[in-house]
Amino acid sequence: MQQSNRYIIIFSLVLTVVLGGLLSGVSQVLGPAQKKSQDLDTKKQILGAIPAEKAALGDMEPEQILARYAEVISSEVADYQGNLVDTDEKGGPLFAENVNIEKNYKKAPEERLYPVFKYSADGKKSIIVPTYGAGLWDAIWAYVALSPDLKNIEGVSFDHKGETPGLGARITSDEIQARYQGKNLYDQGGNFVSVYMVKSEKTPESKLGPNKVDGMAGATLTANGVNDMLLKYIGFYQSYFDKHVRTGVLSMNQEF
Amino acid sequence: MSTETLEAPVVKEKESLLSKRRKKFVTDPLNDDNPITIQVLGICSALAVTTQMKPTLVMALSVIFVMIFSNLFISLLRNAIPTRVRIIVQLAIVATLVTLVNEVLKAYAFDMYKELSVFIGLIITNCIVMGRLEAFALGNKPYDSVLDGLGSGLGYSWIILTVAFFREIWGSGKIFGYDVMGAIGFENFAANGLMVSPVGAFIVLGFIIWVQRSKTGYVEH
Repeated sequence: MQQSNRYIIIFSLVLTVVLGGLLSGVSQVLGPAQKKSQDLDTKKQILGAIPAEKAALGDMEPEQILARYAEVISSEVADYQGNLVDTDEKGGPLFAENVNIEKNYKKAPEERLYPVFKYSADGKKSIIVPTYGAGLWDAIWAYVALSPDLKNIEGVSFDHKGETPGLGARITSDEIQARYQGKNLYDQGGNFVSVYMVKSEKTPESKLGPNKVDGMAGATLTANGVNDMLLKYIGFYQSYFDKHVRTGVLSMNQEF
Repeated sequence: MSTETLEAPVVKEKESLLSKRRKKFVTDPLNDDNPITIQVLGICSALAVTTQMKPTLVMALSVIFVMIFSNLFISLLRNAIPTRVRIIVQLAIVATLVTLVNEVLKAYAFDMYKELSVFIGLIITNCIVMGRLEAFALGNKPYDSVLDGLGSGLGYSWIILTVAFFREIWGSGKIFGYDVMGAIGFENFAANGLMVSPVGAFIVLGFIIWVQRSKTGYVEH
């Protein structure tokens, strides 16, 4: 009986239903907690782009991080042309934190949504933009904090899916991320050139100048991915910057 | 497989919960029949997750959990599982348990989830798990199978934790993320880049097998 086809089919069906039911039940139960930790992780990365905030993150409880985030970050979403978008595809309200950068990356640049996070605390302001690209093995992404005039990088928080530990994965270390602080996105002629990570490590600062950062030994291909990502993705934000940030700076200047 | 149960030759009416025979289920895989160093199974994850102690510990606990419960469920079902589809049944149960572990990590230990998620998924393909199901759980009672799963899980765990210990201290001068080398005065400890690459794991594992075999006198035939 046990080896009959009928028995095998019934056994398999029952097993499938039981295991499937168990898994979907678990996913239902854990869903809210998962969403919460994912949300916390994103907010940590956004805050982490600001060096002063990052230093404080280590000692903070999750609730404190969320409270701090709500206090200092405001956000909006723009399209490729720089127009603000406030409804999602289904017509519901759109929040920058919910924009999935990974999914957007698969679309053509013109069709993507571009979230922007504005940081403001103790008189310090900064504009944080997410970037996304390809490292050596898999996706890499970053939140880049720009100075209010958009000329300098104030800080970055990199993350990655599968770079080699000890080599490319070093982009998540404070040491590498600190190299970007204060670097200039524009050359002396005022052209957007992004910040470029050079090949090989321990290059003296005098050789690097304001547009370059020291490289990572053994991880040149990851560095190339980072360079490409920053150049392209910050480039995609230029029309938003033109419409909403630079005009603001100009009008503020005029008021003075 | 399910027809070869050991139920026929019952020696005693009642065996103590931790009889000598049962203790062997747990202790054998720790040394004499270690899944990694003797049976050379599960090498892939032993290389992949062992750059640091913390993720290794999470991985070890996950494998122990999956081994105990897959052994338990397969053993409970051993007389009901049709022989012709037993492998796929084992796979389904292991995959369910692995998914459970992954979901729990995602909910309550997101950092670990980010770091380990790929490798947790790959527990399904870990030969130790399927090997024990085939060789033991299908032919033995639930309690014995749980002990066997625990033993093999622990055998796997202590090896990968040892590998991770050496890789983390040589590769980055730390233990569980704590800067040990800095604390004992080696401020400028030169980390060995080889240790953070999978090659380092091979070398450490080779040394462990060497030491173990020179002690136990185990020779491969």
